[in-house]
This record gives sequence, C-alpha cells and structure tokens, in this order.
Amino acid sequence: MALYSEKVMDHFRNPRNVGVIEDANAIGEVGNAKCGDIMKMYLKIENGIVADVKFETFGCGSAIASSSMATELIMGQPVSEVRKLTNKAVAEALDGLPDYKMPCSVLAEEAIKLALDDYEKRTGIHID
Amino acid sequence: MIYADNAATTKMSDAAVRTMTALLGEAWGNASSLYVHGQKAKEVLEKARADVAAVIGAEPREILFTSGGSEADNQAIRSAAELGRQKGKTHIISTAFEHHAVLHTLERLKKEGFEITLLDVHENGLIVPEEVEAAIRDDTCLVTVMFANNEIGTIQPIREIGAVCRAKGVLFHTDAVQAVGHLPIDVKADNIDLLSASAHKFHGPKGVGFLYAKKGVRLTNLIDGGAQERGKRAGTENVPGIAAMAEALKETAGAMAVNAARQSAMRDRLIEGLSRIPHSALNGDPVKRLPGNVNFCFEGIEGESLLLLLDDKGICASSGSACTSGSLDPSHVLLAIGRVHDVAHGSLRLTLGEDITEEQTDYIIKSVREVVEYLRGFSPIWRDLTAGKKEFIL
Ligand SMILES: Cc1ncc(COP(=O)(O)O)c(C=O)c1O
Repeated sequence: MALYSEKVMDHFRNPRNVGVIEDANAIGEVGNAKCGDIMKMYLKIENGIVADVKFETFGCGSAIASSSMATELIMGQPVSEVRKLTNKAVAEALDGLPDYKMPCSVLAEEAIKLALDDYEKRTGIHID
Repeated sequence: MIYADNAATTKMSDAAVRTMTALLGEAWGNASSLYVHGQKAKEVLEKARADVAAVIGAEPREILFTSGGSEADNQAIRSAAELGRQKGKTHIISTAFEHHAVLHTLERLKKEGFEITLLDVHENGLIVPEEVEAAIRDDTCLVTVMFANNEIGTIQPIREIGAVCRAKGVLFHTDAVQAVGHLPIDVKADNIDLLSASAHKFHGPKGVGFLYAKKGVRLTNLIDGGAQERGKRAGTENVPGIAAMAEALKETAGAMAVNAARQSAMRDRLIEGLSRIPHSALNGDPVKRLPGNVNFCFEGIEGESLLLLLDDKGICASSGSACTSGSLDPSHVLLAIGRVHDVAHGSLRLTLGEDITEEQTDYIIKSVREVVEYLRGFSPIWRDLTAGKKEFIL
C-alpha cells in the first residue's frame, strides 16, 4: 500500500515504546472515541529529562505511527526541548503524512504537551 | 492473497477479459454506421442487450447501457423526479443507508424543491414494506430502495415493496448494483419499474453498467447528443465493455445457485468464528444478507489499523471507519443501523468471492482474532473498558 511512507509503515508495524508506565509523573490523553482517535502518553521525567516514555493509541495507522515516532523524538530529551516539539517535526520524521492524516501528528504533539502540563501541575515546576 | 473486498469491485472473469480484448480488435466500428464494421458492432451491442435483459426478466428494449451504477442511479431518480414534477408530485421516499449515488442525487433534488423522506432501516438493516406504504402520500412520485446494501449486505423485501408501490401507483426504483448476478431478480415478478446495475460488481469491466426502465417509464437524458440508446443516452457506445459485461453476467448469474451455496456456507462459518471474539457484533441481519457479506464491529479498536495489519497477512478487506475514507464520520450505513461512532470506527467488512475456501475462511478468522487482540493490547479505550472505567457497548 503506497498510502503511507516506509517510515510510517515501519513505526505502525513495529511501534516503539508501546505500553504503560505505572509510576509515570506526566500523563497526557487527547482525542475521543467518537472521532476515532485517542492517544495517551505516559512520561517519567527525572532531573528535567524524559527518562522514559510509553504510549497507548486507539486509532488509524498514522495515529499509531505518529505516537511511536513522537516517543522516539522525546526520549532522553530535556523537557524544555520537549515543549518545543511540533506536529510538523513528527510528520517530517515519518517522511511525511498524507494531508488528511496530519491531524494524527497534531494529536501526538498535543498529548505530549498535556503530559508536560500535568507534570507542572503535579510538581509545581514550570517548563519553558 | 485472499481478496475479500468483492463489494468494492470484482476481478474480471477470464471470459469477460477475452471477450473485451477480442472485440477491441474486431468490433471497433461505430454501431451507428451503415457499413459492415459498424453493423458488426451493432450486432454485438444488441446481443449483449438481449443477454442482460434475459438475466433479469426484462425486454431488451427496456435496457439502457450506462457508464456504471452511479449513472444509472442518477438517471433513474432524475427521470422519476421529472415525471413527478410534471404532475406536481415532488415527494420521494428512500432509505437512510442508500449508496451515495442515490443519496447525493436526492440531496440535489431537495435543493430543487423536492421533499425527501428517508425511511428507518432498523437495527437489522431491513426496510419494512408497511412503513413504505405508510410513508407514501398523494404527492409521492418515487420510492427508491436498494436491493442489497453494499456495506452490511442486507437484502430488502423488494417484491413486497414493489407491490406496495404498484398498488399506490408510485414508481419504484431499486439500486441493485450489489444484487445483480448474485441474487435471483425478475423485474416483472418483483414489481420493479427502474433498476440500476454495474458490471464491475459481477466480474465485468469498470465504467460499464445498465439501467432497466419498464416500458412506458419515460427517461430523462443526463447526456444530450446523438440518438444512441433510443435517444436517452448520447455517446458512441462502449461496445467491447458492454459485451464483456453481458458475458460476465451470463457466467456469474448462470452459476448463481452454486456460488451462493458455497459463499453463504463460508459466510456463516466466518460469522460463527468472528462472533467468538469478545465484545464484537455482526452488523445487519444474519440471514437476509448477501451470500458473501460479513460485517462486524469490534469494540476498542479502529478499522484502518485493522485493515493495514490484515493486508500484511495477505487479506484484502474494507472498513467503515472514518479514517479509511478521509471523512470525519464513520460509515453512514453503520450509523443508520444505530451503531454509535465509537463502535462504528472499529468495523470490518469482508466480502467473499465465489472461489472462497474453508481453509481461507479459517485463516481469516485466525488472522482477525490475532490482529484485534494485538490492537486492543495497546488501546487506551480497551484499557478503560476492561478496567471498568467505561461501559462496554457491545
Ligand atoms: C450499492 C451501490 N450503488 C452504486 C454503486 C456505484 O456503481 P459504479 O461504481 O459502477 O458507479 C456502487 C458501487 O460502488 C454500489 O455498491
């Protein structure tokens, strides 16, 4: 199927960092079942660094691939860098997404931002 | 590879391919011309018309060749609307789960002042003839109900609906694109005034179809120009395509009983096997459905990812998920039978071919189970459902 790039298919078929972090200190969930996409990001932030990240996704191929790629992009990164992650960066790292699938990459960006907000709320630490 | 998407399109039969390629070389004349080449084309055309007519119990002159099912639907509905308008009748009855070729034509007519009633298709995906009768008014000019639904495969009580329409003096059109060649059809006994068909759903070529219009039902042109097709559809005829359609139809319809027996046995085996997946549900009536149609919803997963993983396992299928169509809403058919969005996104349609085997059927069951289980394994909805944070719908 040439709908998706090889990269997308690779991340869809072999998603990285799938699952749950039981003691996550930053959790973000976006989307809803009505629209057909839900993405949940679990982050373990230690010393201002993303020490671990996992995801769960209900959604189409590009939603799963975007989640997977986003976790790879932020793993081991300082939170201030993670704040700057854009959906474009996720889509580019996947060698592009069809136009009508771009919202899937937006979900990944939003889920991660929500997780950072959650972290700020839990710890009182502000991330620029 | 197991091709289980025959409702989307079918592979051309060898006989149809042979007929078409041979005629591209032999019958290239214009069927309107007087000389021998033209007359040969004309002969082929009229033979095809007689063959097609015979399969559905029509007269050859009642068959109009078109570019496919969509054109036939458009012309049938527009013609009935025009006849109605001339008598001041501007009410049309249809159903909520028609193909878009019908629904979008009706939407356009609505803008032109027609009033449209869409009948409830109920949870089982079946129209009730008494409800058609109750919906008919003095100003109703057309009832259009599909013969068999393209997504959930439900077969409508066409003969009974036709009888209601006859009794009330209202024209009856049926989009039989999914039924022709696969189900017995007799336009006279079934009380059908207008019927649409498409060659590529019964192993003929794409871009060819036909419209049956009962003698006396005046058609309105969608395409004006030359006098082809009794002046009702201009354009030099696609003779090789039309002949290949007739060839495919004779072949498919000729083996109908044998095909249906085999397909429905495999369909039921598939339904049985997939029903054992927890929190799943068959869409549409289990019995009154096309021999090859299986359509399920699986809670907690999304259809496109299911299709991609099945494709990796060599199984071609389709889904009513929004993500597969690029629209925001899942299939209007699944919504019409009352499936909520959450569940409709997780749908799978398998439409079996005539040559489906038991081994293939069992492989499909095994593969679908594996993929559904795998996807549920990292679905946040599934986690909430199994943790009791959300209530199961199915
Ligand atoms: C029920 C139904 N009606 C109409 C059509 C349109 O037919 P065609 O593709 O030949 O225009 C299809 C097929 O896509 C169909 O399944």
